[in-house]
Amino acid sequence: METDFMFAAALTLIAAVLAVTRANAVHALLYLIIALLGVAVIFASLGAPFAAVLQVIIYAGAITVLFVFVVMMLNLGPAAEARERHWQPPGSWLGPGMIGLLLFAELVLIVMHGDAAGAGGVVDAKQVGMALFGPYLIVVELASLLLLAGLVVVWHVGQGGIGERR
Amino acid sequence: MDEPAVLLWLVPALPLAGALVLALMGRRWPETWIARLACATVAASAVLAAIMGADYLAAPGARVQVLWSWFTAGELSPAVALRLDGLSLVMVAVITGIGFLVHLYSSAYMAGEEGYGRYFAWLNLFVAAMLVLVLADDLLLLFVGWELVGLCSYLLIGFWYRDPANGAAARKALIMTMAGDVPLVIGLLLLFSSLGSTAMPTLLGQAAESWPPGTALPITAALLLAFGAIGKSAQLPLHTWLPSAMAGPTPVSALLHAATMVTAGVYLIARLHPLFALAPPVLAFLAWLGAITLLLAGLHALVQNDIKRVLAWSTVSQLGFMFMALGVGAVTAAMFHLFVHAFFKALLFLAAGVAILALGHEQDLRRMGGLQQRAPWAFWGFLAGGASLAAVPFISAGFFSKELILAALWQRGGGALWAVAWVGAVLTAAYITRAFIIGFLGAPVTPATGATGWRMHLPVALLVLPTLGAGWLAPPFGALLAPASGATLPATETAFLPALLAALAPLLGIAFAWYALHRRPASAPPRLASVQDTGFDRFYGAWVRGPYRRLAQRLADDPFDRPFMAAAHLAHFLWQVLSATQDGRLRRYALVLVAGTAVLLAMVMT
Amino acid sequence: MTATPVVLTLAAALIVIGMAGVLARRNLMFMLVSVELVFNGAGLAFIAAGAHWAQPDGQVMFLLILSVSGAETATALALMLRLERHYGTLDVDAMRQLRD
Repeated sequence: METDFMFAAALTLIAAVLAVTRANAVHALLYLIIALLGVAVIFASLGAPFAAVLQVIIYAGAITVLFVFVVMMLNLGPAAEARERHWQPPGSWLGPGMIGLLLFAELVLIVMHGDAAGAGGVVDAKQVGMALFGPYLIVVELASLLLLAGLVVVWHVGQGGIGERR
Repeated sequence: MDEPAVLLWLVPALPLAGALVLALMGRRWPETWIARLACATVAASAVLAAIMGADYLAAPGARVQVLWSWFTAGELSPAVALRLDGLSLVMVAVITGIGFLVHLYSSAYMAGEEGYGRYFAWLNLFVAAMLVLVLADDLLLLFVGWELVGLCSYLLIGFWYRDPANGAAARKALIMTMAGDVPLVIGLLLLFSSLGSTAMPTLLGQAAESWPPGTALPITAALLLAFGAIGKSAQLPLHTWLPSAMAGPTPVSALLHAATMVTAGVYLIARLHPLFALAPPVLAFLAWLGAITLLLAGLHALVQNDIKRVLAWSTVSQLGFMFMALGVGAVTAAMFHLFVHAFFKALLFLAAGVAILALGHEQDLRRMGGLQQRAPWAFWGFLAGGASLAAVPFISAGFFSKELILAALWQRGGGALWAVAWVGAVLTAAYITRAFIIGFLGAPVTPATGATGWRMHLPVALLVLPTLGAGWLAPPFGALLAPASGATLPATETAFLPALLAALAPLLGIAFAWYALHRRPASAPPRLASVQDTGFDRFYGAWVRGPYRRLAQRLADDPFDRPFMAAAHLAHFLWQVLSATQDGRLRRYALVLVAGTAVLLAMVMT
Repeated sequence: MTATPVVLTLAAALIVIGMAGVLARRNLMFMLVSVELVFNGAGLAFIAAGAHWAQPDGQVMFLLILSVSGAETATALALMLRLERHYGTLDVDAMRQLRD
């Protein structure tokens, strides 16, 4: 399992860095999908198969597709790519990089104090389902409310047509 | 010995009520109602005063009415108490009597003026305040009356407020009398803190017991109080406000600046004279101050061309006479002269007012003249008043009062003071004769177009009698004042020569004036005219008003406010700084969030 | 089983990379992509915690994060399209009207 994890982790990190730094929108999204799939593999290696499946279906499958549709509506062409490069000179990564490193160092320091290994074992879908229908029932309802709200909002904001250029 | 007087409070209360009513309703009532109410309140006070006076003469003995205890602050607990004794009775008679005549006169003089109601409200208020001043049995109550008459003087001098010059004259009067009032208050407080009370009988008794004569405390207290009297009675150096005060209506000049308000200083010293007796240097100072004022003012009166200014300087001069008498301890003589002076000076002003009105508001002597036929009331009134002022022997009351003062000066003051007073008497006769000759005799210059009615003539006529005849009242006057002032009239048997010289002085003055005016035309001023203004006003302007104004301008933008505004400026500055952070740039907000998180994590970790 | 601190380190790395992306990019679209990465990092942290204690609670939390992320992405994209129509650009630095 160890090697699976290491390989998937490396892949995820590289894909994440690439996703953030691309100038072409579609390229960035593709690298994002790779990163998400990498994270799914890590979930599986941790003994959370249900979460892994959900990650693939919903995150990589639905949300990223939403991004793709929007990119399609934006109709970005080569001019957009050139503009992106113009907006992102190499020097623009210096500041965020440094503060990111600082934050990373702090988080690592915090994390290092914890216990190394915990109880092992796979937590399968049945356990999660029992938790959801048991103690976390209200949470499920609230989540559905949230999604309904999101639906209404998007419908309303979309009134009058989206994508029509000035 | 002190009997209670039940109705005494009504005497000042009636004019006060009149003032309040007129202040509220004066704008809406017709002139006749205003005049009737104002005259009625003062007349009622006068009648009450007459009744109480008759009662007093029948059974002499002070009457005191304690109205209520004003306040108590530690040891200080003044009471609002009124006292009627010989001294205050004399003053009340003058105030209500002449006050009523002036009210009657004003009802015609001020007819048709804008602010008729306002005038009478303040005139009534003045009478009430002056009555409080003279009837007060407590020094603090007296001070209340003192300040109120100063206020009324300001209001009435500046009655025609639309002309800024009148406002300036009113302010000048107020500020100069206030300059005297500050030492007065200090003296009052000194008296209270040393003697423990502000009630006058207690105060005077305590002073006589515990203060040896001639020591620092009584001298300081007396000197401080004297300054208040100097301010109010227009002696040097606080005298220039009185001639300027002639900017007010003539009846106001007659009442305030001749008969009553300016005599408050003399009254104060007379009332507190047991205290002053403990401070001989102060009395000597007052005597010589009065002497200098007498001469200086007399010279000024000799060269004035405005008839009211002649009378104003004359008042200053006669007050100097009274101060000289007080300075040698002849309180009764001083009060008698005050009494007689009130009548003839009021008569002179009212008669002058008739002449002024008859000639269509003409006040310049050189443009008046020939009034024997054209304004007979003014002519004969001014003649009678002038004769009394000049102290023409035997036929005028002024002769008797001036004789008394000169006799007292000879007996108690020594030759120098007497000589100065004698020269003053000659000067007095000279200037009033000059004014009479230029202003009333000779060929007419200005046509007599103004009409004057019985309401102006009757007071003039009524004042002639005491002006000429009151002199025979001298002995009973002395008896009246004896219990209060403790001073007796100087013996009438004085050395013959000084008395003769004193009697000749007015005749000398009259002759001098007549001769001088016949030698040269009436319009050419005598050589003394170059001394028209002895420079007091210029001095005050350069050394008091100028620096004050410059200081006020420096402080005009309120530099003392800057520390307090600093807080506001700091807040504004902080606002500017903070609002620069709200520039709408999303990425900057995100950066701040992340940085804040990093800082918080660092804090949590350590 | 992998040591939990290591997994959490990975999660921290993902979060930091996403945050750097948010700070550095000017195009709103790419900012949203970076935000997705941050969400994933947080989800990974929860799963790691759940695996540490062998309880389903971590996965439940992850499920909630998923729904929140979904709603947020949909709304954000809709608004982004509106903004693009209004401003003619997706440059975040040009959208500065919410200020003093």
